[in-house]
Amino acid sequence: MAKKFVIIGNSAAAVGAVEGLRAVDKDWEIVIISDEPYHTYGRPLISYLLFGKTDEERIKFRPDEFYSANGVTAMLGCTVTQIDAAAKTVSWSKDDYTGSLQYDKLLVSTGSVPFVPPMNGLETVPLKTPFMKLDDAKFLQEHVKADTRVFIIGAGLIGLKCAEGISKLTKNITVCDLAPRILPSILEDELAKIMQNWIEQNGVKFMLGDTADKFDGNKAVMKSGAVVEFDVLVLAVGVRPNVALIKDAGGDVNKGIVTDQFCRTSLKDVYAAGDCTESFDITSEQAKILALLPNAYAQGYAAGRNAAGLEDKPYDSAMPMNAIGFWGKHILSAGSYIGEKHEVFGDDGSYRLICRDAGLLKGFILIGGNDIHDHSVLDRAGIYTNLIKDKTPLDTVDFESIKDRASLKGFAADARKKKLAGVER
Amino acid sequence: MRRVFVNEEWCLGCHLCEYHCANANMGGVTAQDMVRNLRGKKIHPRIRVEDGADGGKINFAVQCRHCYDPMCVKSCIAGALTVEDGVVTHNPDKCVGCFTCVLTCPYGCVMPDGDGKVVQKCELCLRNKVGAPACAEHCPNRAIVYEERGTL
Ligand SMILES: Cc1cc2nc3c(=O)[nH]c(=O)nc-3n(C[C@H](O)[C@H](O)[C@H](O)COP(=O)(O)OP(=O)(O)OC[C@H]3O[C@@H](n4cnc5c(N)ncnc54)[C@H](O)[C@@H]3O)c2cc1C
Repeated sequence: MAKKFVIIGNSAAAVGAVEGLRAVDKDWEIVIISDEPYHTYGRPLISYLLFGKTDEERIKFRPDEFYSANGVTAMLGCTVTQIDAAAKTVSWSKDDYTGSLQYDKLLVSTGSVPFVPPMNGLETVPLKTPFMKLDDAKFLQEHVKADTRVFIIGAGLIGLKCAEGISKLTKNITVCDLAPRILPSILEDELAKIMQNWIEQNGVKFMLGDTADKFDGNKAVMKSGAVVEFDVLVLAVGVRPNVALIKDAGGDVNKGIVTDQFCRTSLKDVYAAGDCTESFDITSEQAKILALLPNAYAQGYAAGRNAAGLEDKPYDSAMPMNAIGFWGKHILSAGSYIGEKHEVFGDDGSYRLICRDAGLLKGFILIGGNDIHDHSVLDRAGIYTNLIKDKTPLDTVDFESIKDRASLKGFAADARKKKLAGVER
Repeated sequence: MRRVFVNEEWCLGCHLCEYHCANANMGGVTAQDMVRNLRGKKIHPRIRVEDGADGGKINFAVQCRHCYDPMCVKSCIAGALTVEDGVVTHNPDKCVGCFTCVLTCPYGCVMPDGDGKVVQKCELCLRNKVGAPACAEHCPNRAIVYEERGTL
């Protein structure tokens, strides 16, 4: 009988696992169980959906025939309630039905859950939502009309992407954050200010260094004492790895699910990948939560391949990496901002930071200028990303020739030949 | 599968490939098309010539390598980049222009298009009217070739 690979979740890490496993094996049976009732979709696309740049058909992360072509049984709309690692079963429920499923190998790719700090009176707010799922976008589509006052708690990536998403539906958007700046986990003060000005020019109002203390229906009383009246509340304070199933089953959990380099949890034959795990950041050499889609996919891919029994591909290249844009102004960044800094503020509103430490490129931030059609600052950023990832010694590269503009010509002739004269990867 | 390669030592740095690339990807085939498509415009080719490597002696053109393990495809948040018969292919209809692929391509060969709303990349001219790489066909010194090669 074919062996069975059960995957909890149906998003980037899960799709990566299917493709990773199928790249090396055709025989395993694959079952995906996920509580969202939809065909796999690109989670970050929910803001673009609201903005009108895409639609429900085009946000599909893989084509309609993805499950059948890969021999996947998709149990959608089913919630996994428990993992029994000794019996190698998972229990699930859907509406009034419950069931259980046996597995040979299990992958937990349960993603993130919104983090909502305790706030008095939150239950009295009639219209409120996180911004994590397609259903949350649909909720906003239904309730945000031309003059709806939307109040977003949290000026991180998700809160601001939500603001941009609904900006064509209403002009009445206020975002607050307890931190004194926007995108607090991604940008330092001065850069955050550049982006804040840009987003304000696009009609969003900010209340920074302040957050809601208590709610009373459609009114928030802020820590500062200010009162905000709103119609719809969006809770985007932050996200946490969704570790519940593994924790309850007795597996190791720190900030996220703990896995080894082959994506194995401490429970036998149970793997984990994506936002629910803790990753090892190769640039800071620390365990970190990297809630990013490319990371989730790559980790899932490795997990699927390893689950098939190969265990030949360690997942060992994780690092922070962000491509974020708001109203046409883009930020590309990767790695850690440590060591010697090369920093350029352009007259055109652009910005460039390149960091090197101990002979290696460690991190960079590139911000596009105010002309949203000119992307020259961002040009070929992946060359930097891969110098970091490959830990290329900078003494083999003409750093001077690439620090202000990424290119391959700074690589030594033999390295260039390896890259360009054959098929490398 | 055939791919585009450049023989560095023969590349003149004339940038003609960039013009043919831009023309081909604007639907052009002939020299007349090229005049109509490109006159007075800033071009946005998918192939880029790098000038002055090795102390100014060497020029070379570079475009998508059609990797076996393409980082752009693996990191696309929209499912807009796929591998079709070995060709890394981009679907502008699904692309939302997040530029994650710009951030991850090791060769710097996935780039914002002229408008910046989506990205663009070399698809070996297989989906435009030229049908085979225009850069290779028009390279005056045969520095750019379209051929099958193994891994290095
Ligand atoms: C608005 C927004 C914008 C974003 N923008 C970007 C961006 O630009 N770039 C980027 O890299 N990342 C972005 N992210 C993050 C990115 O979406 C995640 O990193 C990625 O989706 C993680 O994939 P995953 O497979 O680990 O988990 P998820 O995508 O979170 O999927 C997990 C799935 O598992 C399901 N699940 C959980 N528990 C159970 C259970 N017990 N039973 C059944 N099913 C369960 C969940 O419902 C969910 O469908 C964004 C996220 C959001 C919300």
